[in-house]
Amino acid sequence: MMHRDTVPFIGPREQQRFERLITWYMVEAGLRAALLVDRTGRLLSSVGETDFDGTAFATLVAADFAAGDQLAGLLGEEDVAALCHHGENRSMYLSDVGGRAILVALFDGRTTLGMVRLKARTVIPELAGLFAELAGGDARTRGPIDPGWVSEAESEIDRLFAD
Amino acid sequence: MSMINYASREINCKLVYYGPGLGGKTTNLEYIYNKVRPETRGKLISLATETERTLFFDFLPVDLGTIRGFNTRFHLYTVPGQVYYNASRRLILKGVDGIVFVADSQVERMDANIASLQNLYENLADYGYDPQQVPIVIQYNKRDLPNIVPVEELRAELNPDGLPDFEAVAVKGIGVFDTLKSVSKLVLKSLG
Repeated sequence: MMHRDTVPFIGPREQQRFERLITWYMVEAGLRAALLVDRTGRLLSSVGETDFDGTAFATLVAADFAAGDQLAGLLGEEDVAALCHHGENRSMYLSDVGGRAILVALFDGRTTLGMVRLKARTVIPELAGLFAELAGGDARTRGPIDPGWVSEAESEIDRLFAD
Repeated sequence: MSMINYASREINCKLVYYGPGLGGKTTNLEYIYNKVRPETRGKLISLATETERTLFFDFLPVDLGTIRGFNTRFHLYTVPGQVYYNASRRLILKGVDGIVFVADSQVERMDANIASLQNLYENLADYGYDPQQVPIVIQYNKRDLPNIVPVEELRAELNPDGLPDFEAVAVKGIGVFDTLKSVSKLVLKSLG
């Protein structure tokens, strides 16, 4: 199985582009919501009706996809390109984005799986291109945070993690 | 690798509790879950078997709050300790920022500790992570049990490089936060 890069920095410009693309996907495919999750389980962006615990959701999506990849490996496939979960009212369609992220579509009876897959095929190359830019571009070299941040965060750790 | 999102002004760090089976990794997370203020933590997710052995991972997000404009969050994971779940362990290590190695202090678990630590380094190497660059702290758990290895021996076997280490009785919470504070601060320093 190939190893994938994670996403170190996301700037406002990149965030806007992510949101614009997944919003397009949501509207064109008739979704209730669209989410973008990185391969380590962090929620990068979401639009639409996300009335649930997004952090937990993103973690489980990444785990689901990782398990799918392992299953694929057992069958002689290198990776899984997409997973589908059918629910009674809401269903999920998960697509690999260039090995770096997972695009999640949440949908109901207002659209069809065929439409969800069709529009995913359009938006995924654009998302993958954006991730490739992030991995190789100047965003990676952006300095993180101001110097006082670490000491302030350490103080907060002492307050929060106390018996 | 930590993700810094300048748009939503969030910093997410991934901490992984690693170690042999039944060593107390899940117990660490359960203690943290029960002790931190409810508004600072998310849901504790356990993908476990019916006998409560970790099957894939446990997950607990803990929010440090907004620090200098950045909402800072730790994602705590455990891995399944049993030898045959290595595929799961390796997946959980992806993107790791800091590691707590939870060793079982009991004499009969010494070989399992050594094997698990070796497995950790192999899995890190498989991702191309340099163990010298990833913050790691060691926790010697179950110090309340009668048949335990002296800490000096544990250190000699498991911590020859002098990484930060802590004695613990995770089931009573002893040493749990000391360990977490140590690894958290090491991760933050790597960001600053």
